[in-house]
Amino acid sequence: MSAEGRRRALRLLGALAVTGAAAPATWLGGRAAAQGYAGLGADAEGYSQVVEGRRFAFPRDRGPHPDFRIEWWYLTANLSDAAGRAFGVQWTLFRQAVSPDPGLDGWASPQIWMGHAALTSADRHLTAEKFGRGGVGQAGAVAQPYRAWIDDWRMESLGEGFSPLRLRAGGRGFSYDLGLRAEGPEVLQGRAGYSVKSERGQASYYYSAPFLRASGELRLGGERVEVSGPAWLDREWSSQPLEADQPGWDWFSVHLEGGDKLMLYRMRRVGARPYLSAAWIRPDGAIERLDPAEVALAPAAEAEVAGRMIPLEWTVEIPSRGLALIVEPLNRAAWMDMSFPYWEGPIRVEGSRAGVGYMELTGY
Amino acid sequence: MNWRGFLWALTALASHWRRRPLLLAAALVGLAAATGLWIGVQALNAEARRAYDDAARAMSAAALPALVAEGGGPADIARFGPLRRAGWPASPLIDVDLAVEGAPASLRLMGVEPVSLPEAAGLALFGAGEDEAGNDADADAPPAPDYAAFTRPPGRALIAPATLAELGDALGVGAGDRLATPRGETPPLVASAAAAPGVLIMDFGFAQRLAGMEGRTTRFLLDPDAELPAAPLSDIAPDLRRAAPRAAADPAQLTESFHLNLTAFGFLAFAVGLFIAHGAVGLAFEQRRGLMRSLRACGLPAWTLCAALGAELLVLALLAGVAGIAGGATVAAALLPDVAASLRGLYDAPAPDALSLPLSWWLWGLGMSVAGAAVASGGALWKAARMPVLDSARPEAWFAAARRARARQGALAGALAVVAAGLAVWGEGLVAGFAMIGAMLGAAALALPLALGAALAGLQGLADRRWGPLAAWMAADARQQLPGLSLALMALMIALAANVGVGSMVDGFRLTFESWLEDRLAAEVYAEAEPGAAPRLAALIAADPRISADLPEWRAETVLDGAPVELRGFADHATWRRRWPLLEAAPGAWDRVAAGQGAMISEQLARRLDLGLGDPLALAGGAALPVAAIFADYGNPRGQVRLSNAALAARAPEAERGRHALRVTPPEAAEAVAAELDAAEGVSAMEQGSIRALSSRIFERTFAVTGALNTLTFGVAGIALATALLSLSAARLPQTAPVWAMGTSRRRLAAMELGRIMGLALLTAMLATPLGVALAWALVAVVNVAAFGWRLPLHVFPADWLRLAALAVAAAGLAAAIPLAGFLRTSPAALAKVFADER
Repeated sequence: MSAEGRRRALRLLGALAVTGAAAPATWLGGRAAAQGYAGLGADAEGYSQVVEGRRFAFPRDRGPHPDFRIEWWYLTANLSDAAGRAFGVQWTLFRQAVSPDPGLDGWASPQIWMGHAALTSADRHLTAEKFGRGGVGQAGAVAQPYRAWIDDWRMESLGEGFSPLRLRAGGRGFSYDLGLRAEGPEVLQGRAGYSVKSERGQASYYYSAPFLRASGELRLGGERVEVSGPAWLDREWSSQPLEADQPGWDWFSVHLEGGDKLMLYRMRRVGARPYLSAAWIRPDGAIERLDPAEVALAPAAEAEVAGRMIPLEWTVEIPSRGLALIVEPLNRAAWMDMSFPYWEGPIRVEGSRAGVGYMELTGY
Repeated sequence: MNWRGFLWALTALASHWRRRPLLLAAALVGLAAATGLWIGVQALNAEARRAYDDAARAMSAAALPALVAEGGGPADIARFGPLRRAGWPASPLIDVDLAVEGAPASLRLMGVEPVSLPEAAGLALFGAGEDEAGNDADADAPPAPDYAAFTRPPGRALIAPATLAELGDALGVGAGDRLATPRGETPPLVASAAAAPGVLIMDFGFAQRLAGMEGRTTRFLLDPDAELPAAPLSDIAPDLRRAAPRAAADPAQLTESFHLNLTAFGFLAFAVGLFIAHGAVGLAFEQRRGLMRSLRACGLPAWTLCAALGAELLVLALLAGVAGIAGGATVAAALLPDVAASLRGLYDAPAPDALSLPLSWWLWGLGMSVAGAAVASGGALWKAARMPVLDSARPEAWFAAARRARARQGALAGALAVVAAGLAVWGEGLVAGFAMIGAMLGAAALALPLALGAALAGLQGLADRRWGPLAAWMAADARQQLPGLSLALMALMIALAANVGVGSMVDGFRLTFESWLEDRLAAEVYAEAEPGAAPRLAALIAADPRISADLPEWRAETVLDGAPVELRGFADHATWRRRWPLLEAAPGAWDRVAAGQGAMISEQLARRLDLGLGDPLALAGGAALPVAAIFADYGNPRGQVRLSNAALAARAPEAERGRHALRVTPPEAAEAVAAELDAAEGVSAMEQGSIRALSSRIFERTFAVTGALNTLTFGVAGIALATALLSLSAARLPQTAPVWAMGTSRRRLAAMELGRIMGLALLTAMLATPLGVALAWALVAVVNVAAFGWRLPLHVFPADWLRLAALAVAAAGLAAAIPLAGFLRTSPAALAKVFADER
């Protein structure tokens, strides 16, 4: 999309946000530049509120929750080809309600959808963005048979169940067509799916499917590449996930050697310590929240990307598990130059355990 | 700063103007004319462009490729989701007339889906400006409603401010009110420049209901900037087919070239006005040399003197600026109806009739005036700053300096001529074209005094030998007078050249365009069916015995070299062979094209792709075709390729087939045939004469504007001459008095003076004519080609030259009349006194 197009899209949506997997994000009906990254801290009156103790149910919760203001389907995959070259794939669908009216359908639907797709290699980072109107079939999601789509980008179950899935998207100079197979269960983040974002109680409903296995074909320029590797799907919805003074977040998902998974994020706050949250997922799907006091997450080196300084190298230390990790991006230029820009790309993890994963840095 | 000194100096300097009101008038008129005409022309251009933009906004949705119902009528909106999911960049558009209860005329209702609407639609709904809360950026842009307000009940109906005002007059409605229509109320109105005049834009959901088109859409727009999916349309939506964009409104491009000329006129007027001011200010400076020497001798510092001179100029410039802008606005307002009328004719849409002159224009105009005054008097100020205290007062110094400057002028003229020639040979593009014109006019203006001086020297020699001393004196005196008149004569020459040049171009354009239109519109009636109405039209044509030949013209769209190109198919018929205007053609061009073995391309396309006869043209859908002919396609911004209908259909099966050129026998029946076809549903038909009349009317309107500006420029040059002569008249007494003293009567002297001025004007006119032709050439062969990609044949109009020369001589005579009347009234005592005053 051209620069002009982006400006137009931006204004079109009033103000919009993009976001991250585990971390909250959204578009807003009004303007909220001063309210944290992408206005995620704006007022949520009239929408359903996130409360602790909700019972999750599948397949129902794979579909949309239109009475909440924002929601996303966020898939990342760390892939490699036969020669060992590493690639990253991002497929994201965002839903936002521009008004809290309950689910009118058709042309009066208050839902608007946005898609982001990216394909990253060590030296290239190709992205695309789409917008779609809810209620008229251009974009949407259905719990069963599971599918989520915007235009011809889609993630859909091939059978009656959730897995196997097919994932497709593309833009100028790239496309991908991957099969996804679940090798483990979906896991509820936070306290049984209730994921807190600040000391003051901002929260979202959040679950992940971290045990997906992807394989298929990438097209990068004129080249076609057969790839496979682990993938991670995050599902999250909320009505006001951020405080107004939270400018952004740093979020990580890691597939460690040996089958363990690690998710951690920190919500930055103006003039205060970031709010940290971390979870350890064992290969059998058992998930354990880590005490923030046990986890040290710190930037190790900054680099200039798209005219701003961004911390692209990190250290993660969890002494209770004997873990000391160094996080480095596969491609430093993985800048998502979208209506609301952010950094998102595949990472390599070294140190006490090796691994791959995805990193999302917003609000820089 | 010594304020007392400054104020005294200012008072002393200003007192001069009281004694020389004519000189003051000359300076003021010069600056006012410069500012006023420039601002007037700019305001006119700006107003017209704004109207074009407004109109183009409504037109551009029609200029997009689209998907339409195969069988005619509206398309099924249920196709929207499947189309998008299959990767088609489709966006639904409702486009219908909407009757408003109580309103004098219906509005055009456009229902859009703002998220998928292609940017190229140009319906910049949310593209710029503030949201309703007034929170955003581009200060000039109108407020746009945010997405939620636009799409959610009650929604928003965007309407042009002018249309809203009209409805306000008729119905008493305003922003926020809702219009009553047969199917219910519209969403609340919001004034927005996003809507063209007469158009109501709202979200698709509301438009569906008001149009009575629930579940349907007029068409699906396709984003021309997006890739189309590989899968065929028939897999997704077999009831839809692709339609080429409707032709853009070509004449907008045509009028653009005239705006270029308006700008050139404005610039010339500015330059001529500055000449006047320069002459007057320069003379006033020379006349006050003695005064300034006295002031300096009394101890006034040079820079205080300069400050006083500068302050005086600033006051002059501001006064002249205000008067000029007011005058310019009046001129522009007087010319605007012509421009507005042409817009109505072009777009069938209301054009603005009122000229707005915002504060910024006033500031800009005053700035121009001050800058102009600075340019006109920079030399004088410089001299005042450097004047030695004890320099003797020499009123003739100006003329002497002018004489000395002649050699420099000659050198500069030569240099500019070399630059102009260089640009003519090697220059490329619009800027080079304008630079060449500037250098050419500058060189000619600077060379004029030299050429006139040489001519007068020749005359003087001739007079010496043949005509006696009085004639020799007359020629010698004319040479002596030349430096004082040269600036005014330069202005006259440039005005004349501009008239000859632009006049040639405009008249040539009219001739060319009319004959081209005559050939191009060779059929008597042109009919076009909306998608779906084509079979109905074909049946009507077949059933009408007055139609002697049906020449279908198919149309499709392709991309060549990254730019959209129109493919036009035609039926092989004697009408085209005889009449279609070709610029260049290979032997047997028509046969080859008819047989599908060649293509005809427009001049613009040939220039853009650098193609000549016989070169292969790579077209999608088949092998490359050799270029068989190149045709003129004035005013069409897009390239065009003409093929036989069969060849077109083979390459572009989706081609529109609803257009027909119809030969009618007898031709007198054309009007009736057109009217009957036009009455059929989904068919529009126009008789060739009406199309031509419409086009000609539009052009005549534009010519009216150009003609008026021609006259104005000429008037300014006349004023320049009059002011120069006026300011010279007093200074000339010392030259005239001795001749009078030797026995030549005042009446005779006055007649000689008049003859001399008219002779100089005639000489100037003779020199201006070739310059004007060169200017016409530059406009036609360089500027137009660079700006529009087509070239007009150069026509010359000698009768016009004679008329202009006569006008120039008459204007010079008129300009000389006032000072000469004064001279005739000069008492003998005053003449005799010259000898006493002589220094």
